[in-house]
Amino acid sequence: MAKGLRNPSYRKRIGYQSALLGGMSMLAAAALSVGFVETQADIALRTAEDIQASLAQVISPTLHDNDLLADALTLKIPGRKRPATVYRAIHDSRVTAVAFESSGQGYGGEIVVLMGVAADGNVLGVRVISHAETPGLGDRIEAQRDDWILGFNGHSLTGLGPQGWAVKKDGGRFDQFTGATITPRAVVGAVKSGLEQFTARRAELLALPAPEAETGGQPRPATPDTHSGDVS
Amino acid sequence: MNHDYRRITRDGIWDNNVVFAQLLALCPLVAVTGTATNGLGMGLASTAVMAASGVTISILRHIITPEVRIPVFVLLIASIVTLVDMMMNAWLHELHKVLGLFIPLIVTNCAILGRAEAFASKQPVLPSLTDGLMMGMGFTLALVALGAVREILGSGTLFAEAALLLGEPFRFMELTLIPDYRGFLLMILPPGGFLALGFLIAGKRVLDRRLAGRGAADAAMPAAAVQS
Repeated sequence: MAKGLRNPSYRKRIGYQSALLGGMSMLAAAALSVGFVETQADIALRTAEDIQASLAQVISPTLHDNDLLADALTLKIPGRKRPATVYRAIHDSRVTAVAFESSGQGYGGEIVVLMGVAADGNVLGVRVISHAETPGLGDRIEAQRDDWILGFNGHSLTGLGPQGWAVKKDGGRFDQFTGATITPRAVVGAVKSGLEQFTARRAELLALPAPEAETGGQPRPATPDTHSGDVS
Repeated sequence: MNHDYRRITRDGIWDNNVVFAQLLALCPLVAVTGTATNGLGMGLASTAVMAASGVTISILRHIITPEVRIPVFVLLIASIVTLVDMMMNAWLHELHKVLGLFIPLIVTNCAILGRAEAFASKQPVLPSLTDGLMMGMGFTLALVALGAVREILGSGTLFAEAALLLGEPFRFMELTLIPDYRGFLLMILPPGGFLALGFLIAGKRVLDRRLAGRGAADAAMPAAAVQS
């Protein structure tokens, strides 16, 4: 039986080595392509389910009769690289609520929250999507660990005023955690800036998407359709 | 050629354990073992990668030359890990949500490259598969042991969220050992991982020495008896 890495003379040539590396790369690329094609559809489906599940936590299903993912808007926000996706809850051809992501700088990195805002500007719900805060201290912002995140429900930008949108240590309305102030401060800041964005673009967000079939009699809304690019 | 599968198994799980004896793979080890469940999931994923890479490299061992073997091994392992990542994302999505961050870390698991170099590149397919599986089992054992120690001391539970990993029937594994435990943050953070790992390795050494001592004592008994 052969002893592993045998070494006949032609194998020492540079051509063989290059061909080997090239061949292996092609093999790997082929395997990865097949894997990608096979799994792509399933992964997209799972990701959509994930988004839907988190959206259901911030916008109650009773508020809309549309598919939130289908009626999403992509907005460019000045000063931010990534465009924001805004999911709109529509009930009886009226936009009842919107959901979008906002983020703040926490202790361990960026904290991304998904927030639902009713048409009147009240917070419907906030959930942390991703964070890198200290386990046991900062992770109380997760809904499954603590009720703290529910404290935003029902508040609005005008209701609390600029002073109220801060942790208690900074003179605001929201509790900080023992041993972790930066984390809740970042979340409060993220929600506040999300609400400010909402207020600034309220009209545009609440305008109905153009009904594709019957554009005739309808007044053309200010907002273009789902893939609208630059509105800033 | 006779391959001693019992030897391979013993080596993989205990004598030459990836973590406790070879001290490899510490990066993924300390990163994921905050809970025993995460350790188990990571261990199983690594086992799959180790077995698959062992077989692949063993099949290709006659055409790979020593000069370019390292890039070829790295390429193959990285491809296998990516495939496992995509498949888990598509078909084991719940598990992927828990472990997703750590799957790419398997590439950094030098134990896999180590076994490719030390074993699979020199041995036929079946022993390489066995070696991959057993080394993986040993790694899983180490991850679960370390995860269990850190979880019990850190949060007072054992196998929390196991149902998420293994499915609803395994909910019985989720134990709360210390009710109303306030938590011991150090054990959940990486320093606690190194601390617990140190004690576990020391424990294994003591155990090994005891066993070896007993074996030697048995053999040396007549001589010792004469001397005393």
